[in-house]
Parts: sequence; C-alpha cells; structure tokens
Amino acid sequence: MTPALTTAAATAAATPTAADGHGFLSPSGVEIAFLLVGLVTLGAALVTVTTRQLVHAALWLVVALGGLAVEYLLLTAEFIAWVQVLIYVGSVVVLLLFGLMLTKAPIGRSPDADSGNRWAALTVAVAAAAALVWVVVDAFRTTWIDLDGAAAGSTRVTGASLFRNWVLPFEALSVLLLAALVGAIVLSRKAKATTTAPAAAAATPETPATSPSPAAPAADGTPGAKEGAR
Amino acid sequence: MTTTTLAVLVPLLPFLGAAAGLLLGRTAPGFVRPVAVLPTLASLVLAVLVAARQGGGAAVDAATELTPTGSVPVELALHIDGFAALVAVLVGTVATCVQIYSTGYLREDPRYPSYAALVSLFTSAMLLVVYSGDLMVLLVGWEVMGICSYFLVGHYWETPEARAASLKAFLVTKLGDVPFLIGLFALAADAGSFRITRVLAAVAHGGLAHPTLIALLLLAGVAGKSAQFPLHTWLPDAMAGPTPVSALIHAATMVAAGVYFTARLLPLFEASRAAMVVLAVMAAVTMAGSALAALAQDDIKRVLAYSTIGQLGYMSGALAVGDRSAAVFHLLTHGAFKALLFLAAGAVIHAAGTNSLAAMSRMSGLRDRVPDAYWTMTVALLALAAIPPFSGFFSKETVLGAAEHVTAGHTGHAPGAAGWIVLVAGLLTALLTAAYATRLWLLAFRGRGVEAPDHGRQPLSMTVVLWVLAVPSLALGGFAFRLLPDWFDGTSLAPALTTSVLGTGLALAGGIVTYGAWRHTTALAARPPLGAVAAHPQADAAQVEAEAIASHRPAYGTLAAAPDPADPGRLLLGPLHRHAALGFHLDAVYTALFVRPVRAGASLVRFLDREVVDTYVRGAGAVPRLLGAAVRRAQTGNVQTYVSALLAGTVVLAVAAVLVATGA
Amino acid sequence: MHLAYPAVLSALLFCTGLYGVLARRNAILVLMSVELMLNAVNLNLVAFDVWLSKAARETLHSGQALTLFTITIAAAEIGIGLAIVLAVYRNRGTSDIDKLRDTAEGRAPDGPDGPDSTDRTALTAEETEKAEATA
Repeated sequence: MTPALTTAAATAAATPTAADGHGFLSPSGVEIAFLLVGLVTLGAALVTVTTRQLVHAALWLVVALGGLAVEYLLLTAEFIAWVQVLIYVGSVVVLLLFGLMLTKAPIGRSPDADSGNRWAALTVAVAAAAALVWVVVDAFRTTWIDLDGAAAGSTRVTGASLFRNWVLPFEALSVLLLAALVGAIVLSRKAKATTTAPAAAAATPETPATSPSPAAPAADGTPGAKEGAR
Repeated sequence: MTTTTLAVLVPLLPFLGAAAGLLLGRTAPGFVRPVAVLPTLASLVLAVLVAARQGGGAAVDAATELTPTGSVPVELALHIDGFAALVAVLVGTVATCVQIYSTGYLREDPRYPSYAALVSLFTSAMLLVVYSGDLMVLLVGWEVMGICSYFLVGHYWETPEARAASLKAFLVTKLGDVPFLIGLFALAADAGSFRITRVLAAVAHGGLAHPTLIALLLLAGVAGKSAQFPLHTWLPDAMAGPTPVSALIHAATMVAAGVYFTARLLPLFEASRAAMVVLAVMAAVTMAGSALAALAQDDIKRVLAYSTIGQLGYMSGALAVGDRSAAVFHLLTHGAFKALLFLAAGAVIHAAGTNSLAAMSRMSGLRDRVPDAYWTMTVALLALAAIPPFSGFFSKETVLGAAEHVTAGHTGHAPGAAGWIVLVAGLLTALLTAAYATRLWLLAFRGRGVEAPDHGRQPLSMTVVLWVLAVPSLALGGFAFRLLPDWFDGTSLAPALTTSVLGTGLALAGGIVTYGAWRHTTALAARPPLGAVAAHPQADAAQVEAEAIASHRPAYGTLAAAPDPADPGRLLLGPLHRHAALGFHLDAVYTALFVRPVRAGASLVRFLDREVVDTYVRGAGAVPRLLGAAVRRAQTGNVQTYVSALLAGTVVLAVAAVLVATGA
Repeated sequence: MHLAYPAVLSALLFCTGLYGVLARRNAILVLMSVELMLNAVNLNLVAFDVWLSKAARETLHSGQALTLFTITIAAAEIGIGLAIVLAVYRNRGTSDIDKLRDTAEGRAPDGPDGPDSTDRTALTAEETEKAEATA
C-alpha cells in the first residue's frame, strides 16, 4: 500500500490504451494487483462477519478497510484513500473497539456470535450476491476504465471540485454532524438520567457502579468521531 | 243516519273501544271498564237498529274502493241481509254479556285492561266478518279473530296448559286458514271479484271453473275455524282460557264464523255435490264423536266445549243438506244457550273451587250456593238437550227436519246421501247430547258429600247476565220460528212431527238412561273427594279458575278425564270411555302425522345448518385464521428476521425487474 | 482496468456486509457489517467516478464528493449507533439483537422502565454472568 506500488500498477496498466481490445484472460498489471488486494479485502470482510472472536472481527475489519484504501489508490483516488485510512482505520474501528469493551463483549471465542437467523441470512446474501454480480457483469463486462493521465482523485482535483461545486452540501453536512454530535450526547445523558433509578434498585451491586461509566466514554467518543470525520 | 252508516259503526265502535282500552289501560284504569262495556253495548244497540231497518227485506249493499288493487279489486263492502243482521245482534248480545260478566269475573286480574281490549277487538272482528260484503275484508276479520283467540286463550299464560292451548288454537286454525286463503284466491280468480254478491252471481250463472276444488279448500278453513272434524282438536284445549272467553269464542264469534261463512256462500258449496257430501260426513263424524267425547270429560268446561263442537256439527249438517236457514237458526239459539252455559259454568267453578265434575259430585248443596247459575244452567241444558219448549228444540228439529226433507228427495240442491248421513248422525247425537247434559247436571248439582264451601254471593254483574241470556235460551226458539223465515230464505222453520217425536223421544231416552246409570253409580261416590281444587277459593273467579285448571293434571294425570268410578259416563260408554276421554286419540294421530315429521324436518334442517352450512362457514373462517396464525408466527420481534424477509423480497423483486427489463 | 473488477468486488463486499447485518448477534458487529456495506458502496462510487471522469470528461467528481459525504455520515452513524447500543446495553444488560424482542407477537408490552420482573431477573442473572466472564 505504498505510492510506489500505485505508480507501478499505474505504469503497468498504462500499456493497453484501446478500450475494446482488453480481454479478461490477459489482465493488465493493475488488474492483477486489484484482484489480489480485492481477494484479501473480501477474505478479511468474510472473516469479519463470520469470526467468533469479537475483537478479532474488529481487527479483520481494519484489514478489509485498509484493503479498500489500497483499491482506491489503484483507482487513482488518492484523497479518498487517505481519508479512508484516517477515518475508518483510525477512528471508526477504534470507536467500535471501545464499544465492544464497554458492552463487555467476551474476549476469546464466543459460541453465540451468530444468531439463529444465519441460514436465512446466508440465503439472502448469496442470492443478492448472485443477482448483483450477474447484473453488474452483464452490464459492465466491456467497460474499460482508462487509468492513464492525471489522477482522477488527487487532492487538488478533489478539493477543487468539492469547494467549487459541492460547497453547500458540504456545509449542510457539517450541520448534520453537529446534530449527530448533539444527538449522541443527548442519548447518553438521557439514558444516564433514566437508568440511575432502576439501576440503583437492581439486585446486582455491580450495576450502579458500571452504569455511569459507559455514558462518559460514549459521550467522549462521539465528538472524537466528529473530529475524525472533519 | 243511514243504515249503511249505522252498519259501519257497528264493527267500528268495539274497535275504537279496543284501541282506547289498550291506550288507557295503564294511565287511566278507572276508564277501562266503561271503555270495555259501553262501545260493545252501543254496537249492540246499533246492530239492533240495523236489523230493525233491514227488517228482512232486500239486502243492504254498499261498497267503496279505497284504492285500485290490481286485477281483482278489493273493496270495503257491506252486505247485510237477514242473516247478517240477526247474527250481528247475537254477536252484540253475547259480547255485551261477556264484557259485563268479565268485569265481575276478572275483578282483580291485573291484566284486565288488555283482556277487555282484546275481547272488544275480537267482537269487532267478528262483526266485520258478519257485515262484510267483500271476501278479503272478511278475511281480515277472520284472521284478527285468530290472533285474538291466541291471546285470549293464553290469558293465563303462567300455566303451561294455557300456553300450549293458545299455540294449538292458533296453529290448528292456521292449518285450515292456508287452504282457505288459497280457496279465496281461486274463487276470486274464477269469479273475477271478491264481492260476495258478484261471487254468488257467478255461481248462479255457472261461472266457476273448479267449484269442487274451491269448495273443499274453503271447507278446510271453515273446519279449522268452526272446530269441525278433523281440525276440532284446538277447541277443547282452548278451555284453558278464562270462562268468558270460552263463552265468547264458542257462542257467538270464532266458531260461528265458519258456519256463517258457509251459510253466506252456500250456493257455491251447493254447486259441488262432492263438497256437500264431504261436509255432511264431516258434520256427522263431528257430531257423534264429540258427543261421545263429551260424555267422558271430567272438566265441566271441556264437556261444554265438546258439546259446542257437536252443535256446530248440527249447523254444518244443516248446511250439508242445503238449508242455511236452519243452520243460522241453530246458530242463534245455540249462541244464546251456549253463552249462558259457559257463563253459568264460570260461576259454578268459582263457587265450587274446582272445574272437575268428579270433585263437584262429592259436594252437596252447590246449587244453593249459586242459585242463579243453577236455574239458568238447567234451562240452558234443557235447551241443549233439545227438550221442548226450549229454544234448542226448535232449531235442532229444523235441522233434523231439513235432513229428513232431503232424504225424501224433495230438494234438488243437496244429495240424498248427505241427508241420510246428517239425519242418522243427528238422531244419534240427540240421544248422546241429552245423556251428557243430564250427566253434567247430575254430577254438578246433585252431588253428595261434604258441604260446598261458601264464598258469599256471586257479583251482580255475573248473575244478571245469566238471567238476561236465560230468556232467549228459554223462548227464542218458540217465538222465532214463525218470524225468522221472513228474515231468512223463506223456508219454513216449524218443527216437523216425525223428527220432533223421534228426536225428543231419543233425548228423553238418553236423559233417563243416564239418570239410571247415575243412580247405579252414585253409591260409589262415597269415597273421599278427589283433588283438583283451587288453592285460593276466596280469590276472584278468574284466579280460582286458573288454579283449578293448573291443578287438574297433577291430580288426575290428564286434563280431560278423572279416574272416577262414580261417573255415569264411564258406565254408559264402557270400554269406549278411555278413548272418548282423549278425544279418540286424534291428538296422537296428529302427533304422528304432523308434529313428528315437522320436528324431524326441523332437526334435519338444524343438522344441515349446523353441520353442513356451518362447516363451510367455519372452513371459510379457518383459512384466514390459519393464515393469521402463520403471519403471527412471523412476528417474532427479531429485527434481523424482518430485515432478512425485506431484503429477500427486494432481491426477488430486483431479479424480476431485471428479467422483465431484459426481456428474458 | 475493467470496470467489472471494482463493481464485482463492491457487490461481493456489499453482500458480505449484508450477511453480517442479518446474521450477527452482537449489535456492534452488526454496526461493523454496516460499515462494510457502506464501504462497498464507496468503492462503487469511486470506480464509477474515475471511469466517468475519464470517459465522459465529467468534471464535477460527484462520485468522489459523495464518497466523502458517505464517509462522514458513516462516522456520524457509528457515533450515534454506538450511543444507542450502549444505552440499550445499560437498560437491558445485553446488546444482543435477537434478545430485544419487545415487539414480538403475544408479548405483553413492557412497562416504562424496561422488561417485566421475570425478564429483569433473568437479565440480571445474565448480566452477572457476563460481568464474571469479562472479569
């Protein structure tokens, strides 16, 4: 996942120019790289949704999201790739790990990580995958992305388009983030106010001790996510 | 006022009285008695006026058509000839007497207002039948009487006997009314009119296509209303009603309606010889059978009920031999003495505290307790037994004379066979009638045993009426047989020598034989008195009667008879007694023929409804219920399941959309 | 590069996330799966944006802008989602989605403060169990 690899892939992909003459049986270097990273990403994602160790799931998610960042790079979308690394790998996964710990998720193998809905879920997922892949392949099997020339997603290009064409949505989004921030705080505080009474009445002595503690990191963690998103 | 106006008022006044009585019954109880009695009395006066004006001359005919009613017009029509005028007077007299008597008899009855109103309505309906010149209007009165009899017979609806009797009266008469209605329609279709005058004109010109069919259909209705065999079974059971109602139904109104109707349309029946023979056979069976049954009854009112059936048989017999003057003559005299008999019997039941002859025969001095009832009842029984010179003698001899006339072949309009049937049955019935009249009198007033309880004198309203009715019972026949031909068809009503001697002789023989039997059996009467005595002998007459009726079955096991060895009827009838007491098992026959099939049909329908029809309904309900249960099971509360289903559906839809879009 | 490669990869990633959303029991794992799905969509957006910016001389870069927005919104979503999960966990003592079945057919509605007494005792027992497991 280095720029060197990216440029290597880019030069490897630079040789075939015509959009039509590219067969699947003679892949370019970028394609091979994309395919390999894609396999890793998909594998990591599959492990994420199937592993029985909850913390491992979060860590495999890091691999999957990182793989995706590489894919962005291969598609010459540099800015997106770094944002991906920053936000997802840097903050979202950390946040999820916090959440896992705050909800006392068991460390190690938990036998009941999957619900009884698994087979229905598998059916639906496989059917959806089959349908999507079929449609996508059917529609785009001859479409060719020309990756030569200037990068399509360099910081300069992206910034220019973002602040030239997308200023208003961008600002609206900041309002949305503010609302999410406030919402997360309100959710945490309200829960705290209502839970103190029943928690104090609860039989277990641990409950009153633990119940205030999750609220504070949650409230703390959410602005952190906001900062990361910005 | 014209005669027509007076005649319209005659049925209208009791009707208004009934309406007023029903309205005022609760709010102004003080007005109930005047409102009950006065309209009926006024209507009697008006009926007498109408009769005086009509005077036996040409019939008064008036008609008005309120609204067009299709192909066959229905008109409000009056047709008042001598028959109608005199029968209306009889109806008015008896109804007035009954109303006056009821004020005393139901003195303390809480349901007196509705009772009196229904009696007024009943009277009004009968007067409508009598005066009506249109068959449809007549049918209205006819059916109103049916429903009134249902209510009045069921007056003591607390007792199961009264409930059963009122239902039976209604259903049995309806059984006859259905063919009657069809017959009326057929008649109107043939004659083209419901007006009696036009119908008779059509009959006279031979305009009827199916006279026999129509006559037989109408006869079914007449048999039901006039309690002729085989539809007579409701009448003895109708004794569960109050005694004044019995008097009203039996003497003047309901049962007379059938005979009166037949008399009005006699030419129609004469057009069919088969119908006349059927009528004759019906009359003969009714007469003889009912007289035998009367001899076996224990309830004093049931004896009188069977005697009513028998006397109606005489009237039907007179019609069967084509002499409607004789029939209506007997209707008039019978109306007088039968009303008297019932009203006097009511007084006797009140005094004795029982309606059982067996119990009365064990009481001495009953005749001293109710002297008015004793003497008037004696007169009426003599009239019933047709002993000269009482009124029953003249009318009955007219009937027998007419029958004898027909057997001799002097008349062309009635078959000779009908004459023979009526004559033989009539003479036999004369013997039996005298026998059961004597038995009734001996058992009721010549009893021996404990002294009858003393409740003081009967109310004046009850005794005066008896004497008022005793006058026509005594003298109507003797005076009227010379005058009535002017009012009627003009045929002589004077008694013929042969039948008079024969009939009177047989009647005397019947009386003497019964007396002998009574002398023979009375030694057995020393046993202690039997049951069936009212619980509250001091109460008013109506309550005493209701209690007496209610206690009869527990005491004797049946409504009709009593296991009384001192009963002369038992000796006279011998082995026949058991069957006669039960009305020759006709009820059992009906049970087998009609009640059981209807019940079986009803249970079949119930089965079909519950098991077959409902199965479909339940099945139709079960499928949605199963679907609902299945859908409910899907409501697991697990959000992931919901989302799975949602996405599966989305995938299916998307695939379908893609397939459609690509045309695959 | 063939457009089919990123498109197929994104479809497969999306369906993997879909499976995770439907099959995972822990609410936080479900949130992770949601992230996977969002990223699959992002990949799609970027790939198509790159293709269009070259093929159609399209200069708005809407795909990349939308990707940025999606990332932002995903971050907000994860924040709020975690707050909700934590609140639920505090109330119910569990964050297992298939135990939150208050809307199930034939179940008496709970009082204002959570499940009824029998449920509560069962959950507190579970809570202690979990506490022991973590400790």
